[in-house]
Amino acid sequence: MIRLEKRPQPSQVWIVATPLLAVIATMIAGGLLFAALGKDPVAAIRTIFWDPLFSENAWFYRPQLLIKAAPLILIAIGLSLGFRAGIWNIGAEGQYIMGAICGAGMGLAFYPMESVLIFPLMILAGLLGGLLWAMIPALLRVRFGTNEILVSLMLVYVAEQILASMALGLLKNPEGMGFPGSRNLSQYPSAANLELIKGTGMHWGVVAAFIAVIFAYVVMSRHILGFNIRLAGQSPRAAAFSGVSPGRLVIICLGVSGALAGLAGMFEVAGPSGRISIDFNVGYGFTAIIVAFLGRLHPVGILLAGLLMALTYVGGGMAQGSLGLPAAAIQLFQGMLLFFLLAVDVLTNYRIRPARRRVA
Amino acid sequence: MDLSAINPVLLLASLMVAATPILLAAIGELVVERAGVLNLGVEGMMITGAVCGFVVAVNSGSPTLGFLAAAAGGAALSLTFGFLTQYLLSNQVATGLGLTLFGLGLSALIGQGYIGIKAPEVPDLHIPLLADIPVIGPILFQHDPMVYVGLLIVAAVWAFLKYSRAGLILRAVGENHDAAHALGYKVIRIRMLAIMFGGGCAGLGGAYLSLVRVPQWTEGMTAGAGWIALAIVVFASWKPWRIVIGAYLFGGVTVLQLNLQAAGLPVPVEYLSMSPYVATILVLVLLSSGRAPGSLGRIFHASS
Amino acid sequence: MTLKSILLGASILGALASGAIAQDDPVKVGFVYVGPVGDGGWTYEHDQARQAVVAHFGDAVETVFVESVPEGPDAERVMTQMALEGADLIFTTSFGYMDPTINVAAQFPDVRFEHATGYKTAENVAIYNARFYEGRAVQGLIAGSITESNIIGYIGSFPIPEVIQGINSAFLHARQVNPDVEFKIVWAYTWFDPAKEAEAATVLIEQGADVILQHTDSTAPQAAAQAAGNVYTFGQASDMAEFGPMPRVSSIIDNWGPYYIARTQAVIDGTWTSTDTWDGIAEGMVGIGAISDAVPAEVKAAAEAMAAAIADGSYHPFTGPITKQDGSAWLAEGEVSDDGTLLGMNFYVEGIVGDIPQ
Repeated sequence: MIRLEKRPQPSQVWIVATPLLAVIATMIAGGLLFAALGKDPVAAIRTIFWDPLFSENAWFYRPQLLIKAAPLILIAIGLSLGFRAGIWNIGAEGQYIMGAICGAGMGLAFYPMESVLIFPLMILAGLLGGLLWAMIPALLRVRFGTNEILVSLMLVYVAEQILASMALGLLKNPEGMGFPGSRNLSQYPSAANLELIKGTGMHWGVVAAFIAVIFAYVVMSRHILGFNIRLAGQSPRAAAFSGVSPGRLVIICLGVSGALAGLAGMFEVAGPSGRISIDFNVGYGFTAIIVAFLGRLHPVGILLAGLLMALTYVGGGMAQGSLGLPAAAIQLFQGMLLFFLLAVDVLTNYRIRPARRRVA
Repeated sequence: MDLSAINPVLLLASLMVAATPILLAAIGELVVERAGVLNLGVEGMMITGAVCGFVVAVNSGSPTLGFLAAAAGGAALSLTFGFLTQYLLSNQVATGLGLTLFGLGLSALIGQGYIGIKAPEVPDLHIPLLADIPVIGPILFQHDPMVYVGLLIVAAVWAFLKYSRAGLILRAVGENHDAAHALGYKVIRIRMLAIMFGGGCAGLGGAYLSLVRVPQWTEGMTAGAGWIALAIVVFASWKPWRIVIGAYLFGGVTVLQLNLQAAGLPVPVEYLSMSPYVATILVLVLLSSGRAPGSLGRIFHASS
Repeated sequence: MTLKSILLGASILGALASGAIAQDDPVKVGFVYVGPVGDGGWTYEHDQARQAVVAHFGDAVETVFVESVPEGPDAERVMTQMALEGADLIFTTSFGYMDPTINVAAQFPDVRFEHATGYKTAENVAIYNARFYEGRAVQGLIAGSITESNIIGYIGSFPIPEVIQGINSAFLHARQVNPDVEFKIVWAYTWFDPAKEAEAATVLIEQGADVILQHTDSTAPQAAAQAAGNVYTFGQASDMAEFGPMPRVSSIIDNWGPYYIARTQAVIDGTWTSTDTWDGIAEGMVGIGAISDAVPAEVKAAAEAMAAAIADGSYHPFTGPITKQDGSAWLAEGEVSDDGTLLGMNFYVEGIVGDIPQ
């Protein structure tokens, strides 16, 4: 029989090896899945992982990776701070939506004025929107001890209803022939979040994502806040003794993750998505949670994990179009990736030992 | 606006039907959480149950077999969660979310050829005597069997937790798994059983949607019902009978919202639609009296 | 070189090459669907039309489709992918694909796009829509005649002009045959959500409706009506014949086949230009599903006569005198509505209770 023995320190080798192992295992399992569906497994895996990067049309798909990964990375960085401290913000999707609404609302309030100040104001509005929405679970947890998982989750549904209300009411395009949805922000120059360097897909959201990664790395490894976060996550009692205020930590972590999610939403609505519509949100807030774990809650890991997830999205879309692979298979694939990672993760903290038979 | 068009008895009847899927999922999750495990994958298990139940019911022509298959499907999926969290000691929050994603994808894949197909009809049960009471009898006591099965499961769980030795052990494991282990109880085995029960119930809840409520199969048809079930467990302070109140509250607000619309009430639809969720948050805040099981969400690793 | 010039160069080269080979290469037609092919409603009918194109042209045409594409940047990616892989004609089948279609069309001037139910065009973007309100007129006539409770339930999707046209048209014709009839309208805020539609139908039935009209796409209302018994429904977008003869007594069928075939032919012949098509019963785009025997013979005859009159142009569903809900006059005696007003319709006609949600 197998027995698990806790390691004194998490194994450095396995920390790097587990994600690689998980990806390889997913590719194999995914290949079997695709074969069971009647598609050529090698072709499918190649279309998903290889083609977006190196095929003949890759010059179009590579920027798409950045576009897709940017919101995921931005949100995941914010989430990872909280997750490390044991503060579970599951409502990033709602904060994303509120940031988008506030950012878009700010921009549309100035329409049709043109000014360089509008975009920075929108950024501020997006940050605040997400931040304030995250403050609800934060304050409820600090004041009443309410579980932030459920409150932030319920607020996602509330935010979706507010989005619908905005798309049909306050933010509705007056020149839109009665159809729901706001004006197209990417066609409004002062507010548009367009590509900075043509052909690379880099828009301000991508830049923000990179800045967030660097910032998070510095905070987590060099700043006292990062130390407190890691301490609180591993040993709440030690943190309490060391003077870390749990309430302050909750507010800071939820606030940062809310702000970053709101920022991601604002960049999305002013750029790739273009407008506030009823189904503007596509689940980035939830996928970012997966990205955070795939990246092992480490900023650089999240960067790579975000790109990997984006690869499965873009490659999956390609596979759908050219191989007829059902969309559901890609979702399953992503779920499997997370499962395999969680499964092999045990090796980082525990050693496998044969169990000695008990005596008498 | 014509509020008299809303019939309160009919409202109560449709409330019972609307509440059943989340009632079933919530009572299952309650058992899991009382054993100390936080399984956020309820949505994934519900929708897997929905598709398994639908596929088996369509192919066999029997809704009963469908429900059984749904429970089996939900339980089987929950085994993945159980294996990862209990044997491989993975983080319960992440694993639960992964289960949701996995379940959504798996169910969509299984259900590929079944979109738009009619399910075999589930006949209404006619409870003798009670159903003959004038006016309320046919409305409250003539539902399909699963409504009553749901209530029976709640009663059984309540009795189990309160009066049986096995229930006591389960609660002990949930309160302090180290102490329970020291006393010689097989923590992991008990938790696995609880997880499977939770999966089975969630599966039944999902199948209720696809076989009775709608009744059709569509991708993602649970539309967040699993998350609501999780909220109901906390709302109910982990006590079985309060689950019924919570489920009726939620089912009721959704049904009420549509009724008010049809009666011509000029309240914006979106605000009515968000009311169940706001109500949950309010209740979560006000009802901080309930205590969560002591070792809820913590990883158990026997060191001896 | 900028992305745009690379694309322009590539597509010009492509166009020259394809022009040289012309008829030898099969014409590639792409379809972007907003829902699953098996939804039994909107997307199902578009796919039926696609299959009609395949059946009609055989080897001369190659089709490709992607289903359940969310509106937004994903739609743009899917369309670009289709264009990059050599599509000559792309049908984008949802209003929400409007901006993505225009954006991608600008980058691929030699690929032709057909956008359903939109209003923006370009040199290589045509738009098309169906006069569903003509079908609603027939439904309204049947509904008004067969209802016994005089309450007709209407499940609306979104308060957009197309849906308002349908409600007004159905109401006017129900009132014509039955002055006591009233409408109860519930907004589901979705095009396709069986659970919500089932609930909406159940609620309407509980509040006394014995006929249900829907502008949402699933068969859930039919199932709910069947469970309730004695409630009539109409199929939406597809025939939904499996629910006939009761509760489904008739339906509106979206028949895109003839249009798709005509447009593909135009691409093959090289005669394709950007057009704005709004066809109805006459051109076959709106089909009236076979009226079942649950409807009395004289009602059936009247309905079929009206459909024929609309088809040959002698009757327009919006013919005056019609007053708006707020009391102001809209159409005088004998006056027919113009397309512009219909396309922007945001008012109920007199007699409908309730407001259009804002």
